[in-house]
Amino acid sequence: MTDLTTAGVPAVRSEDRVRGEGPDAIVYLDLACPHCAATWQSISELALRLVFRHFPVASKHPRAPALHAAAEAAALQGAFWEMCDSIYRDQGHIDDPHLWERARGLGLDLDRFECDRRSEAAAARVRRDFESGIRAGVTGTPAAFVDGRLIARGVARELAAVADGSG
Amino acid sequence: MIEPGKPAPEFSLRDQGGDMVGLADFAGRKLVLAFYPLDFSPVCSDQLSIYQEVLPEIEARGASLVGVSVDSAYCHRAFREHLNLTIPLLADFHPKGAMSRLYGAFQEDRGTNNRSLVLVGEDGIVRWSHATPSVKEIPGANLIFDALDSAA
Repeated sequence: MTDLTTAGVPAVRSEDRVRGEGPDAIVYLDLACPHCAATWQSISELALRLVFRHFPVASKHPRAPALHAAAEAAALQGAFWEMCDSIYRDQGHIDDPHLWERARGLGLDLDRFECDRRSEAAAARVRRDFESGIRAGVTGTPAAFVDGRLIARGVARELAAVADGSG
Repeated sequence: MIEPGKPAPEFSLRDQGGDMVGLADFAGRKLVLAFYPLDFSPVCSDQLSIYQEVLPEIEARGASLVGVSVDSAYCHRAFREHLNLTIPLLADFHPKGAMSRLYGAFQEDRGTNNRSLVLVGEDGIVRWSHATPSVKEIPGANLIFDALDSAA
């Protein structure tokens, strides 16, 4: 049985999706969450070492698991961040044909993308992140951790303060 | 909140389908009661959605989880459909909050429940209870697993 008891947020791992330079900010995000999309626009340009952790809430956002799997499939072709940026820019087009269109637009091998996004490995990778968030006390998205401290509200504002050294 | 070690008070409430549900329906299993203020409110939506995501893991530990608020059965049905929930929701609707009062979860000043969790053991004894200091705070699902593992 999977252990879901309380545990600290895992430190940055080799399998993490990491972008940027600056203080570490581990962010748990749902690619189908409109609050996450708004926050993403604010935080993705900050001077932070941003660690993206998957936190799809499927009951609330039924397409979330597919979107996160698509991001992982894109990662295997070096386009994780581009796929996330693409989805967060337009959350109104998230059905399978829209994902194929996005993949084509990013220059991905579509057959490989299609196979990878449906793989057990992609689902397991996403679930590992989700479970780490549950164990660390994440109860909604977006949520962030800076130096082990959970930021559950005002993530964009708090991370901006961290980036400029005042937080 | 009701203290661990006390017998869980009996209750009989309608679920989202209008069926009466009571403690006896969970005999031989652990029961997690998730008290929350109101269907459709943003924080409650987050809370129930998160619990839904780990419901199979809760059930794998021999436990059932139900939500309890003062909303009606019809409202619960709509809320479940809205969030794609399979978690049963119990309507402590009339007399309003009567069952929640027995568990110490009803807020007289607000007319709604607090945000709290109660774990009832297979023997009908309360094993653990937890209320958040503010209704804006959600008790993480990790706390449920901590309690279930401690009670195992």
